[in-house]
Amino acid sequence: MNNSEALLEIKNLHVKYGHVEALHGINLRVGEGEIVTILGANGAGKSTTLNAISGLLKITDGGILYRGDALHKMTADKIVQGGITQAPEGRRVFGTLTVRENLRLGAFTIADAARVSDSLDWIYRLFPRLKERSEQLAGTLSGGEQQMLAIGRALMASPKILLLDEPSLGLAPLLVKAIFETIKEINKSGVTVVLVEQNARVALKLAHRGYVMEVGNIALEDSASALLANPDVQQAYLGGKK
Amino acid sequence: MEFFFQQLTNGLAVGGIYALIALGYTMVYGVLKLINFAHGDLFTMGAYLGLTVLASLGLHQHLGAFGGVVVLALMIMGLVGVVGILLDRAAYKPLRESPRLSAVVSALGASIFFQNALMLVYGARYQYYPKDILPKTVINILGMPVPLMRILILAVSILMMAGLQFFIQKTKTGTAIRAAAIDQAAARLMGINVDRVIMLVFFIGPALGGAAGLMVGLYYGQINFTMGWVYGLKAFTAAIMGGIGNIPGAMLGGILLGLIEAFGAAYISLAWKDAIAFLVLIVILIVRPTGLLGERVASKV
Repeated sequence: MNNSEALLEIKNLHVKYGHVEALHGINLRVGEGEIVTILGANGAGKSTTLNAISGLLKITDGGILYRGDALHKMTADKIVQGGITQAPEGRRVFGTLTVRENLRLGAFTIADAARVSDSLDWIYRLFPRLKERSEQLAGTLSGGEQQMLAIGRALMASPKILLLDEPSLGLAPLLVKAIFETIKEINKSGVTVVLVEQNARVALKLAHRGYVMEVGNIALEDSASALLANPDVQQAYLGGKK
Repeated sequence: MEFFFQQLTNGLAVGGIYALIALGYTMVYGVLKLINFAHGDLFTMGAYLGLTVLASLGLHQHLGAFGGVVVLALMIMGLVGVVGILLDRAAYKPLRESPRLSAVVSALGASIFFQNALMLVYGARYQYYPKDILPKTVINILGMPVPLMRILILAVSILMMAGLQFFIQKTKTGTAIRAAAIDQAAARLMGINVDRVIMLVFFIGPALGGAAGLMVGLYYGQINFTMGWVYGLKAFTAAIMGGIGNIPGAMLGGILLGLIEAFGAAYISLAWKDAIAFLVLIVILIVRPTGLLGERVASKV
């Protein structure tokens, strides 16, 4: 990232689950318009970081700044209103609601009906499959369609920053490719993206910069291309050359 | 034939009351996975507050019989709804992060508290609603006499249930309630203020339960501080029968239980009325453990 002001800045962030500390003071910056990926093994603290940003978790120390405002003092609903949404790990679509109801809930914070229907049109253009299934219950969609729904739902509030937690999880490679193409398109339309992934190769090919997390700490921070070329990263997360 | 018709209308009226109370159990369970054992006592409170307001304000003298009862019902719903919110604040909210059992014990404690408070304020004896509030008209349906009160109770219950169903299914806030019941964290990520959803649920459920209490007072004329126990248990049974957490299920379960009781008492044995009702519950749960409309959520991993 160039040294312009960060859109989102995490400073010395500590988070605890009960007595166990999950984040031991991490620092992370996201610039406007970037795709930043956070890599790491299970339990490294990637999802914890996203959930702390979204206000689902209370932080124990440090802070999260969004355009200079203290995000960690806001409630989850205010954070969504402020322009940060998340497509959580495991999709978490509302299974017994229809696709359309799920999408409309994504725009819960938006009162303007015209804006909501514009967003809906945009999502249907981005994911035509969701339009075909709009009256179907979300629980009956395939895994890939549910992922599209989770992303579409998070976009309904027209966020400034989109947090994506493992969008490739459990999807066939061809679908992963399609989803990542769409993420690129979303980013081009002006949405800043923070992407948590275990599929490091795809993530680094898409992202501008990346962070590598290990047991609650940031172990590495670099441009995506440098991380791709980094021998340590290759060995630990890319499984050598495929 | 007339005997059958009397049982049918009586069962429907009582079933409507059970259904209204059952909605409170099922809505709270849906969002918090908590059985609010104090809910039956909020129903009792509705009956007592109804009596107090009736005696002190004399609404029916100023607004006429029906106008008076409508205003009375709205007031009671508002009052008991607020008590519901206060109950959540005092007994459940502090325990939100605690093990489920703590909240259950707290619910039982709240139930005992309400019962004793009502007894201390109103005394342990039966209290009686004035007899002349609503006209004791009997109307003819297909040549068979039916008390107007019975029809009114059923009509009002159905109206409230239809209103609730519309609110839950068709409005944005209703959809938010459904979302919070499915997945609270995901609902938060949508920007839904889940605390406010919980507050709303603790208003609507007790408001409906309070209305049911008022109806029982108006219908049967006598109320007692312990009556919430039996009605609460029956309504809870109805909620389970229909599938706890499921709103149409609570409505169906309530009406069904009312009918089973009425017909069981009439055609089998009055003394075995409750046993028959619970027997049916057991059979339903054996055949469909999730209740009649309880959903096994279709989800792909």
